[in-house]
Amino acid sequence: MNADDISIAVGVHLPEDVVRARQAGRDAARALGLGLADQTRLATAISEIARNALRYGGGGTCEIKGSQDGRYREIQVTVTDTGPGIPDVNQAMMPGFSTGNSLGMGLPGARRLVDAMDVVSRPGFTQVILVMRRRSQ
Amino acid sequence: MRIPILRLGDILLTSIQSDITDEQALALQADILRHIDQSAVQGIALDISALDVVDSYMARILSETARMVRLLGGEVVITGMNPMVAVALIEMGRDLGGVMTALTLEKGVEKLRERLALLSGDPEEDADYERR
Repeated sequence: MNADDISIAVGVHLPEDVVRARQAGRDAARALGLGLADQTRLATAISEIARNALRYGGGGTCEIKGSQDGRYREIQVTVTDTGPGIPDVNQAMMPGFSTGNSLGMGLPGARRLVDAMDVVSRPGFTQVILVMRRRSQ
Repeated sequence: MRIPILRLGDILLTSIQSDITDEQALALQADILRHIDQSAVQGIALDISALDVVDSYMARILSETARMVRLLGGEVVITGMNPMVAVALIEMGRDLGGVMTALTLEKGVEKLRERLALLSGDPEEDADYERR
């Protein structure tokens, strides 16, 4: 781990924590030299996922890790909760699922804002990983 | 902390000054509806230039608020959306669905007054609108 690598953990237990998590993501993106559009994409994606952890998962944690080597700058965000889990992850990833009348999970929207997203969910453990990666300047 | 709503002549003004929680957004929605109901003012300009994140939930609150005000016979204009917020919203596959918007609060107030003049059917104002 390089000295300028970033590692932040935000507990997500209150509505204010969703705001803190997305702002921490923006700060990390800025610290890695990512532009305003990417800062906003990442903050928005984190907001969707952290809200899910709070609202559906009963709270959790949001870990943000930023790193860079000669070739890439990468931010990985891991949001984990111990709630009941997403009943059908594949369905939750379909755009139609979240734009219906229900509150929606915001997963498809978040997926479009980052380069990769991985979702693992079972009763008692849900983890969403977001990755944004850019070439080093 | 509640977000203040100010009266400026025949319209209401409110400005979200920092990133807000879902609960604050819902409280603002309720306050806007109450003000519209009680003040007999038909239009409200909602400035969001300080919001650097509008996710799907906030987008829904904003567009629902506009539709609710419209049901009461009023109009909302949302002003000052940060360009990066617009980029993220569209990339996510969202927008504000038919809500009146303007680049700045000043332009928004102008747009709102024109729309309200049209709605109220004041012939002089209508003529003024047509000439623009």
